Amino acid sequence: MIRALAAMAGWLALVSASAPAPVSDAAITGDALPRNLSEFHFFTDGIGHTPNDRVIGYALNTALFSDYAVKNRFVYVPEGQTATYNADGVFEFPVGSALIKSFGYPADFRDADSPIRWLETRVLLRRADGWVALPYVWNEDGTDAVLRRAGRRIPVTWIDAAGDQQSLDYRVPNQNQCKTCHSSNDEIALIGPNARNLNDGQRLAQWVDWSILDRAPDDAPRVPVWDDESDGTLDERARAYIDINCAHCHSRTGSASNSGLFLGYNEVDEVARGILKRPVAAGRGSGGRDYDIEPGHPERSIFLYRMRSRDPGVAMPELGRGMLHEEGIALIERYIAAMDERS
Amino acid sequence: MKYIAAAAMLLASTSAFAATHTVEAGPDAQERLQEALIIAEPGDTVEIGPGRFELSDGLSLDVANVTVRGAGPDASILDFSNQVGSGEGLLVTSDDVVLRDFAVENTRGDGIKSKEADRIVYHNIRVEWTRGPHPDNGAYGIYPVESTHVLVDGSTVIGSSDAGIYVGQSQQIVVRNNNVHYNVAGIEIENSFYADVYDNVATHNTGGILVFDLPSIPQVGGHSVRVFRNFIHDNNTANFAHEGNIVATVPAGMGVMVMAHRNVEVFNNIMADHGSGNILLVAYPNDYDDERYNPYPLNVTIRDNLYGPAGYNPDFDGGAELQAALGGDLPPIIWDGQGEGIKVSDDIGVLSLGLTRLRQPFQEAQPAPADLSDGEGSAELQAVVLPDSMEAALR
Repeated sequence: MIRALAAMAGWLALVSASAPAPVSDAAITGDALPRNLSEFHFFTDGIGHTPNDRVIGYALNTALFSDYAVKNRFVYVPEGQTATYNADGVFEFPVGSALIKSFGYPADFRDADSPIRWLETRVLLRRADGWVALPYVWNEDGTDAVLRRAGRRIPVTWIDAAGDQQSLDYRVPNQNQCKTCHSSNDEIALIGPNARNLNDGQRLAQWVDWSILDRAPDDAPRVPVWDDESDGTLDERARAYIDINCAHCHSRTGSASNSGLFLGYNEVDEVARGILKRPVAAGRGSGGRDYDIEPGHPERSIFLYRMRSRDPGVAMPELGRGMLHEEGIALIERYIAAMDERS
Repeated sequence: MKYIAAAAMLLASTSAFAATHTVEAGPDAQERLQEALIIAEPGDTVEIGPGRFELSDGLSLDVANVTVRGAGPDASILDFSNQVGSGEGLLVTSDDVVLRDFAVENTRGDGIKSKEADRIVYHNIRVEWTRGPHPDNGAYGIYPVESTHVLVDGSTVIGSSDAGIYVGQSQQIVVRNNNVHYNVAGIEIENSFYADVYDNVATHNTGGILVFDLPSIPQVGGHSVRVFRNFIHDNNTANFAHEGNIVATVPAGMGVMVMAHRNVEVFNNIMADHGSGNILLVAYPNDYDDERYNPYPLNVTIRDNLYGPAGYNPDFDGGAELQAALGGDLPPIIWDGQGEGIKVSDDIGVLSLGLTRLRQPFQEAQPAPADLSDGEGSAELQAVVLPDSMEAALR
């Protein structure tokens, strides 16, 4: 009897090893908040490297800065359905879709083979009544991640690209903070997956081939890669950077709607884009400067003052940034310096 | 499925099913308190126990119809002295929330912010920067914005580097029975419609009560504000706001200041001991690019106030020269000369600076006494009436 059970257990293990369970549509669309990331079956390995069927890795042309964390992004669209293409905003994903993003740090950024310590995986689940955003924190041995609705701080150290030791109390956002950024008209919304940021010349067509997206027009818009000098103009690169780092809150429907500072890639109103715009509720975030962007004068622009600060109450973005993004600061500095001075 | 959800909501709205989530001070206060604010269901209460809660990150509430209640503004203290993240101490983004009986101290940015949070009630709250006035204190203490129906009652704010109680881009607002001290602006109503500000005590701020309208934000055209029965006294603290912010232009020693607003009534207040003036009425001082915007004070009524000493130490360009020219103190009411329909029926001196265009240099001022008793004044404003549920929350 015992031998029979043992044999059966062995057979079960064999079956599960050869044919991993598919992504759990019930976990995505159900009312519950799964306690463990593994309940979704997004990955066939514990650590979240090997995506399951229809879980597709992707990257953005210009991504949000997240304290130099390495990010792995995946999209899942249920069998038989596709996301709907949209030239301007984010794509419309069908109920049952999920976006999955893991954050981690290599021990040494100079070494491509350096092991990555994964800290957290954030999931966005498309349920019948809208998106749900949940943060999962990985356990020490990286076998599973546990839902932490209240967020968490995790001490982390690494050696940066210049060989300097860095350390940070990494912030896993709480569930409300997820929504603070992922908010449009008080509904949870996506930020990254729009045509201009996904379009690298091939990806959109691939997504159509893989039945993730309904269509990929030849004239789909595209933003440049912010740190690739051969890609686009300085103005375009800077605006792509500002779009992905700022416009999720700084839009007419976002968390910073009251500021009047609207930083979407296609914003046409100069004052709304910050040019000669005075602060409204910046408090000490103004740094004693009169304008958000004073053309030709990065040193007099509030925009850079707040990018250069790590002080909560001054620092922008308000959430998810505890480090200075030196390369981003350099880009925006050049962008403002290159603008024609106004008298 | 739908009717199950509806039934669940019905149940949640009856008090028999409302839960109380009690959070006590101690280790891991950040996660325990934030968790309670997340798992609360509509109708629930999050009870903050007595003691000091050491918090490193901002807290937030996004569930409608939740009461957050402490053991008193000196008993339950949310201490953000070691805050390392978030732009405010507590952020509320849901409707029908009641915040009462606790304190928020030493946030790096704003104290408590509520955004698009209709029918929000703040009652018996204290927000304080305990070192007193300092430019590195957070901007706003109590900060409702983009909301309809706002009640700030019986609360205290001390030390904000911008405004203690700031209501922005909102409508149907009552701010009453509050104490605001040692802020740059005690109370500020900005770009808002229909506000009653009454029975407050504003002392030792740079300016006591401000009614402002600014350009280039989503809601402009502020109108219909009544400031009455307030005790506004000795607001002479040197301005410690950061340059660039509009309140950095507020002269120290100011009781009530109205900038670029329409239909304002100031009555039955006691205003005394203000070095610059008991009341200042001005146009917006900066350039702007916003076709919707009116930069002038229009239809302002000032009546039935009691005035104490003012104008003995003016803290604005040309103030000393004015004093010399007048051979003594300035009149307690100063108007820059711009705007229309201003009526001052109190038997008290009014000084017009005689400016005739926006951004005109002070050197071109033509100061002269003004008689504004025949001004058109504000349309008679009705009292703001809040939904019964908000008044009931105070009981």
